[in-house]
Amino acid sequence: MTRDTAPLSMLSGWGRYPYCQSQIIQPANQQQLLQLNQSFAGIPRGQGRSYGDSALAGTVLSCKYLDQFIEFDPEHGILTVQAGITLAQILEVIVPQGWFLPVTPGTQFVTVAGAIAADVHGKNHHLAGCFSQHLLSMEMLLGDGSQLRVSPTHNTDLFQATCGGMGLTGIILSATLQLLPIKSSQINQTSVKARSLSDVYALFEQAAESTYSVAWIDCLAKGQQLGRSLLMTGEHAKQGPLANLPQKTLSIPFATPSALLNRFSIKAFNSVYYHRQRKTVAQQAIHYAPFFYPLDRIQHWNRLYGRKGFVQYQFVLPHAAGLLGMEAILKRISDQQQGSFLAVLKQLGPANENLLSFPREGYTLALDFKLQHGLFRFLEQLDQLVLDWGGRIYLAKDARMSQTVFKTSYPNWETFEAVRAQYAATGKYRSTQSVRLGLA
Amino acid sequence: MQNILIIGAGSAIAKACARRFASAGRHLFLVMRDETALAEQIADLHCRGAGSVAGAALDILDTKKHDQVIRQAQVQLGKIDAILVAHGSLPDQAVCEQNIEATLSAITLNGTATVALLTGLAQLLEQQQSGCLAVITSVAGDRGRESNYVYGCAKAMVSTFLQGLDQRLSKQGIRVIDIKPGFVITPMTEGFNRSGPLWSQPEKIAGIIEPALLHKRGTVYAPGFWRMIMAIICLIPTPLFRKIRL
Ligand SMILES: Cc1cc2nc3c(=O)[nH]c(=O)nc-3n(C[C@H](O)[C@H](O)[C@H](O)COP(=O)(O)OP(=O)(O)OC[C@H]3O[C@@H](n4cnc5c(N)ncnc54)[C@H](O)[C@@H]3O)c2cc1C
Ligand SMILES: NC(=O)c1ccc[n+]([C@@H]2O[C@H](COP(=O)([O-])OP(=O)(O)OC[C@H]3O[C@@H](n4cnc5c(N)ncnc54)[C@H](OP(=O)(O)O)[C@@H]3O)[C@@H](O)[C@H]2O)c1
Repeated sequence: MTRDTAPLSMLSGWGRYPYCQSQIIQPANQQQLLQLNQSFAGIPRGQGRSYGDSALAGTVLSCKYLDQFIEFDPEHGILTVQAGITLAQILEVIVPQGWFLPVTPGTQFVTVAGAIAADVHGKNHHLAGCFSQHLLSMEMLLGDGSQLRVSPTHNTDLFQATCGGMGLTGIILSATLQLLPIKSSQINQTSVKARSLSDVYALFEQAAESTYSVAWIDCLAKGQQLGRSLLMTGEHAKQGPLANLPQKTLSIPFATPSALLNRFSIKAFNSVYYHRQRKTVAQQAIHYAPFFYPLDRIQHWNRLYGRKGFVQYQFVLPHAAGLLGMEAILKRISDQQQGSFLAVLKQLGPANENLLSFPREGYTLALDFKLQHGLFRFLEQLDQLVLDWGGRIYLAKDARMSQTVFKTSYPNWETFEAVRAQYAATGKYRSTQSVRLGLA
Repeated sequence: MQNILIIGAGSAIAKACARRFASAGRHLFLVMRDETALAEQIADLHCRGAGSVAGAALDILDTKKHDQVIRQAQVQLGKIDAILVAHGSLPDQAVCEQNIEATLSAITLNGTATVALLTGLAQLLEQQQSGCLAVITSVAGDRGRESNYVYGCAKAMVSTFLQGLDQRLSKQGIRVIDIKPGFVITPMTEGFNRSGPLWSQPEKIAGIIEPALLHKRGTVYAPGFWRMIMAIICLIPTPLFRKIRL
C-alpha cells in the first residue's frame, strides 16, 4: 500500500468505450472542492452512467463525496441536496414519506448533477418534460471561483445552458427539486403487444394520457413484423404500501466473451421476451423499482458486451418525420442485424428552452451496438438518415458523433458557447466529448 | 441500541455508519473537527431519518476540551448505548522518516490523544455500568511494516490500550470492540492505487461495524478475511520479513 504521486486511472463511461487516461480529483467535501476548482481544468463527473465520453477528460473532478441531503420539507415535497447524491439515496428517504422523483431515467444510480447536466427524460416526458422542469434552483461554482444561485428566473441564461449542458458551464454544487406526491410505491402496469411499428405508434397515441409509457421494440424483426413491440404504460397506484425494496443484486463479475452476444442469441432473446407474454394485453401491480429500473438488479451489466465495450445510439425524430422516418431507420437497423436486445422506443413531448437539451416533440429510439468492425461507418449512415429526417442524437449516450452532425442538429450551440464565455467556463470545463464536438 | 455517540463522525467510514444508524431512526451525537461540516452532516442525518441528531466541534488534539464534549453528549443523549471512535490520519511514512515533527504529530493524534479520549469515555461507561465502546484502529497495528510503521505503532498503542480496557470493563457488562479495517476507499487513501480485491468501500465496513456494535466484543477485522492475512503476516519469520517489502 504505497501512495503514488499522480495516480492515473483508465476511465470510461457506462459503454466502456472510449477509455481515457485520467487523473481523478475527489474532494472530500464542498470546502475542498472550492479550493481544488481554482487550478482545475477538465470535467466534473457523477456516477459515470453516461454511456460515452461526456464525463471523460485528462482530469476529472468526482462529486462522489458531495452526497448529502441539505433540507427536506416533507410537507410540500421540496428537497435540497448536494450535487453528487444519487437518485437511489433520495428514493430511499422520500418514498416512505409519500414522495417520488418527478422525472427519472432508467437507472437510479445517477447523480442529481448528472441528471441536470444531461437534462434527463423519463417515461413521462410526454406529460412532465425533463428533469430541469422540476428544478426550482441550484447553486453553481463557476470558472472564476464565484458561486451563483441559478434558477429559471435567476441567471436564466446560465440555467438554460447548464441543464443539458453536459458539465461544460461550471460545477453544480446543490439543487432544489419539487417532488411528486404518491399514495403508494406500487405501479399499475399494463403491457400491450404491438405487431408492427404502425401498431405501436397508434398505441402510443392512445396512451397519451397515461402517466408513463415506453415500448420495448424488437429491432431485428423484419418485413411484416418490422417494429413489433411491447408497450408498457404505468400509473402510480392510488393506495398500497409506501416502501422500498431491499437491494438485492446480481453482478456480472468480468467482461464476458462478446461472442455470447452474437446476433443469434439476441434474436432468441428478443423472441422469447416478446412471446413470453401470451395475451395481447396484460395488467399487474408491481413495485416502482422493477418498473423503472429493471436493469439495476444486474450490477455491471455493461460487461455483457465484452471487452471492447459498446455504444448506445439514441436519436429523436420530430413529429413531422412521422412513421415513415422511423420505419426507414428501423429498416436500416434490422437489415444490418447488429442491434441489441435492448431497444427502447418512447414518445417525447414538447421541447423546453434549454440550449442543448435533447428531447423534442416526436419519437426517440435507443439501442446498443457492441463495438465491432464497420460499426462506426454504419452509424455514420444512420446519423445522415437522422439528420435528413430532422432529428438529433442524445449527448449523454454519444461517444462518436462528428462535429458537423452535432452543430447541424443542435443549432443553439453558438448561444451555448456565448453563455460559457460569459461565465468563465470556456476552456476550463471541457470533456473528450466537447473537444470532439468542436466546443471551446 | 438507541443512543449513539460518534467521534470523528466526518470520516468516510463513520459517515457510512451514521447513515445506517439514521435510517434506523436512532439518536445520534456527532463529534468532529469542522464546525461547518458538522452542521451539514447534522442536516443530512436528520433528513435520512435519525430520531434526533446533535453534535459538538472538537479537535481531538485539544485534550483539555474532551471532558466538556463528553458531558455535552451525555446531556443530549441521556444513557449512551454505543460509542464509535473513528477519527484518524494517515501520515506520509517517507516524510516521517525525515521529520520528527510529522512523526510525533501522527502518533499524538492516532495514539496518545486517542488514548486520552478513551480514558474519559471509559469513565462515562463505567458510571453507566452499560454500553459498548468501539474504536477503529487498523490492521497496520498488528505488525510494524516499513511502509507505515509510524501510523502502525500509534494504532498498536490504541489496540493494546483497548485490550486492557476490555478486561477491566467487561466485568461491568460493558463491551469493548477493536475494529481493524484493512484497505478502505476513503479520502484517507486518496492517491493510492486502489484497485483489487483487498480494497473495500466504506459502506461495506459500516455493514460490519453496525452488527458488531450490537453483540460483538474483542477484535473485529473488517472485512473478516483480514484476520487471516494478518495472521500470516505476523507469522513470517523476522529474517525473511527483512527481505521483503510490505
Ligand atoms: C441503464 C441506464 C439507463 C438510462 N436511462 C436513461 C433515461 O431513461 N433517460 C435519460 O435521459 N437518460 C438515461 N440514461 C443516461 C443517464 O441518465 C445520464 O447519462 C446521466 O447524466 C448520468 O448521470 P451520472 O451521475 O452517472 O453522470 P456522469 O455520467 O458521471 O456525467 C454525465 C454528465 O454530467 C456532468 N456532471 C456530473 N456532475 C456534475 C456537476 N457536479 N456539475 C456539472 N456537471 C456535472 C458530467 O460532466 C457529464 O457531462 C441512462 C443510463 C443508463 C446507464
Ligand atoms: N481508509 C483506510 O484504508 C483505513 C484502514 C484502516 C483503518 N482506518 C481508520 O479508520 C478510521 C476512519 O478513517 P477513514 O478512512 O474513514 O478516513 P477519513 O475519511 O480521512 O477520516 C478521517 C477523519 O479524522 C478526522 N480528524 C483528523 N484529525 C483530527 C483531529 N485532530 N481532530 C478531530 N478529527 C480529526 C478528520 O477530520 P477533518 O475532516 O476535519 O480533517 C476526518 O474526518 C481512522 O481511524 C483510520 O485510521 C482507515
